[in-house]
Amino acid sequence: MAAISERMPRVRSEAGNPALANIWSWMTTVDHKRIGILYLFSAMLFFLLGGTEAFLMRLQLMRPDNTLISQTLFNQLFTMHGVTMIFLAVMPLSIGFINYMVPLMIGARDVAFPRLNALSFWLFLARGLMLNSSWLLGQAPNAGWYNYAPINTGGVFNPGIGIDFYVLGLQIAGIGTLLGGVNFLVTILNMRAPGMSLMRAPMFVWTALITSILIVFAFPPFTINLVLLMMDRLYHTGFFSATRGGNVLLWQQLFWIFGHPEVYILILPAFGIISEVIPTFSRKVLFGYSSMVFATVVIAFLAFMVWSHHMFTVGFGAVVNSVFAATSMAIAVPTGVKIFNWIATMWGGRLRFTTAMLYAVGFLFTFVIGGISGVMLAVPPADYQYNDSYFLVAHIHYVLVGGALFALFAAAYYWVPKITGRLLSEKIGKWNFWLVMIGFNAAFFPMHFLGLYGMPRRVATYPPGLGLASLNLLSTVGVFVLTIGVLLFLYNLQYSRRHGAPAGSDPWDARTLEWSIPSPPPDYNFTKVPLVRGRDPLWVEKRIGDGTVPAAEMEEAHHGDGHHPQGAIHMPSPSALPLVITGGLLLAAYSALYKSDLTAILGILVAFYGVFRWMYDGDPGFHVVPKEGAR
Amino acid sequence: MTRRIRSKALACVGMLAAVALGACARHPQSVFRPAGPVARMELGLMATSLWIMIGVFVVVAGALLYVIARFRERKGQEGIPPQVEGSHILEVLWTGIPIILVALLTVLTVRTTFALAKPPASSQHPLQITVVGHQWWWEFKYPQYGIVTADTMHIPVNRKIELSLQSADVLHSFWIPALGGKEDTVPGQTNLLWLEATRTGTFPGQCAEFCGTSHSLMRMYAVSQSPTAFSTWVHGMQHPNSAPKTKLAKQGMQIFATNCALCHSIGGTPFTKGTLGPNLTGLGNRRVIVGGALQNNTQDIIYWVHDAQHIMPDTIMPNFSTLLTPSQLQAVAAYLEGLKRG
Repeated sequence: MAAISERMPRVRSEAGNPALANIWSWMTTVDHKRIGILYLFSAMLFFLLGGTEAFLMRLQLMRPDNTLISQTLFNQLFTMHGVTMIFLAVMPLSIGFINYMVPLMIGARDVAFPRLNALSFWLFLARGLMLNSSWLLGQAPNAGWYNYAPINTGGVFNPGIGIDFYVLGLQIAGIGTLLGGVNFLVTILNMRAPGMSLMRAPMFVWTALITSILIVFAFPPFTINLVLLMMDRLYHTGFFSATRGGNVLLWQQLFWIFGHPEVYILILPAFGIISEVIPTFSRKVLFGYSSMVFATVVIAFLAFMVWSHHMFTVGFGAVVNSVFAATSMAIAVPTGVKIFNWIATMWGGRLRFTTAMLYAVGFLFTFVIGGISGVMLAVPPADYQYNDSYFLVAHIHYVLVGGALFALFAAAYYWVPKITGRLLSEKIGKWNFWLVMIGFNAAFFPMHFLGLYGMPRRVATYPPGLGLASLNLLSTVGVFVLTIGVLLFLYNLQYSRRHGAPAGSDPWDARTLEWSIPSPPPDYNFTKVPLVRGRDPLWVEKRIGDGTVPAAEMEEAHHGDGHHPQGAIHMPSPSALPLVITGGLLLAAYSALYKSDLTAILGILVAFYGVFRWMYDGDPGFHVVPKEGAR
Repeated sequence: MTRRIRSKALACVGMLAAVALGACARHPQSVFRPAGPVARMELGLMATSLWIMIGVFVVVAGALLYVIARFRERKGQEGIPPQVEGSHILEVLWTGIPIILVALLTVLTVRTTFALAKPPASSQHPLQITVVGHQWWWEFKYPQYGIVTADTMHIPVNRKIELSLQSADVLHSFWIPALGGKEDTVPGQTNLLWLEATRTGTFPGQCAEFCGTSHSLMRMYAVSQSPTAFSTWVHGMQHPNSAPKTKLAKQGMQIFATNCALCHSIGGTPFTKGTLGPNLTGLGNRRVIVGGALQNNTQDIIYWVHDAQHIMPDTIMPNFSTLLTPSQLQAVAAYLEGLKRG
């Protein structure tokens, strides 16, 4: 950095208006905890949008030959439901918890690149807003979340601008996600507190690490795919056109080379959450820690070996199908190891059925069902019948709702007290859990049978003669119950903000470093960098020490230069540059959509301006002196 | 033999569960009532994998329920439970047993996958049908007989069928569950699929791969017939009775020539150039039109010609509501209804 100066944080404070100053401080924050909250909050809003879309679809499918929703609208609904839930809800909810918790769990004061972290968030938000603005600008994407060619290339097969939002929105976000992956990879590898070897890192940290690696390898093929599609749509190239030298299946190959690892990007953090919640509420160490780590690595490796199992019916023939069947089924082995290890962790423990634990145990039941149907889908001859039917819809929801989302609910009940300083109501929590559990199973279990009775996915309606009516009605009723359950959760969040019992630093008698500091944690997380003396550092201190995590004997020497008081903590400055870059890219994307070259160039220039300012902007940071006695 | 029993058992389990869930209606598009060897083999493998997986679920859920009941925290419990870090024996066990199960399933899977991909011997004289997926209708061509039709695929019972799957536009997926699993129609390539019906009957199916606005309406039927009935059908399609018989129908033919013949062909007439829309040979004998979305009667034919975009949004078929007067529509319907097989 060329120009390191001694300037103090340069970001304007709106002295006159505290509300504006507050908003501005959130917009320019580089604090991983605030960014985590921003992720969680925005992802939850998108989750409600995706849920509304699902609700409308279930209303339409409630009875045969229903005309409540047109096919044109229905196609947009299922596309946006999938895109929203995967890219705008479940993934960012995981990333939100990773953002907030991973630095705390490894005893770090922030992530490796705090400002980059903010950029990742703003790019994610830009993607979400851009995708959803399509509802207001004429047409939402309408070719399914995996957006197969050639229907995604538009033209006479599928006219309209809807898919441009998909192409451009997801490209912007891809940059942010990739940066986030790199950021957490570096953070976890480089910034663990003294004593925390990788094999002492909490499982959630491990899954965050492996997820980051998956992101780094899986997103580039998707980006390539999106660029090719953008060329096809904007400049009428023929990458995905069978009549012009392209190949229709190229999209599917590249999409699933990304798309299958993406499934594990969604589910591995959930595995990590379950691996934190179950030991805490069983009062036992995680059973088979090393094999859990190994299983996670093996799953991530295999995730790249199975993509073609999404394409058993495209005509690759018996050899390809057999190979991909074998690799796909192999994933059941490390996944099974995890399930058995979780059960063994509970075995002989003292189980406390808090809402977090209920969700974790509920996860075990529902995820096993999703895993089972997963193995069944990996059998090509059987898949010829299951594929693209409601059986598959049931499977994906057992994995993503019964799996990922249940784990995220567990994470919310477990970690929100750390974030807000107040416990969520357990009473509302139990209602919330049971309604979600019952509603979920009523909504999605019948779909297995709907698929076997011949109902294809993505149909806006079905004729009465196929005998699909009663199960569809049951499914819709299930969604009503599920909706009430989810709304109760929101109510619980709101209620507990005011009326929740104070959490204290360690409400669950927990095990990891985030519970050794106050709730909510101070800006700088740790007054003194902690010393880790074993796996589950806090638990270790409770057993062999005095229950407090000792400070590492580590002088922050390079700051003891006389300018700053002893014990002062060096913090990164807030920055508006991530917003500038995001704004520039967003302008360029909308310009490409509306074929406005001038503003597109302007947008790219703005983004580059942000990047250059960033490159030559030596952030001096600022210093905070913790209050005496604060831990 | 055991596999057949198993598949029946599976079907029973499925039916029972469905009845328990309140579904008593018949399921003509179900995979549980295979009408041929392909669907039967697939159902057999579905059943085998389901039984293995039910075994897994019982073990896991049983262990979980036991743990929940046995190790729930009780009042007055003090201290912490013994901390167990792991157990090599157990971990080897629950890695090893799944590997064995998965290996077993893989062997069965690979065997069936290759069996299904094996073309029938030419001595079996498979009936060749070229299936073309269009937005949003199915076209069936019988190159051995020079027949082209739509929506309903006629096949003789107990004869191997070789389907060449093609697409005229985007991805579709050919799926008639009673005959067998699906195979995609991919633009720029031809996929082969071998099926056979071993009982007669009408089996519904539909496109399984999302293919645009009116994907939901891309339905079809397979009609499995005795060899004699099939021969009669073939002969009737080869020598159709397409001449208009009434004055109204003759008038309809004139209107058809100027408005419809660009896209639709009819055997036994000068209208042979149209390939964008379904071939209408013998339309008057068909059970349904528009893939079953409409019945084959005067009212529905008029409705379709008048308002196709309303019934099937974005179809290439335009609305003739402004182009043809009501009486002209009546004439066209009369002509179309008079198109009979020979």
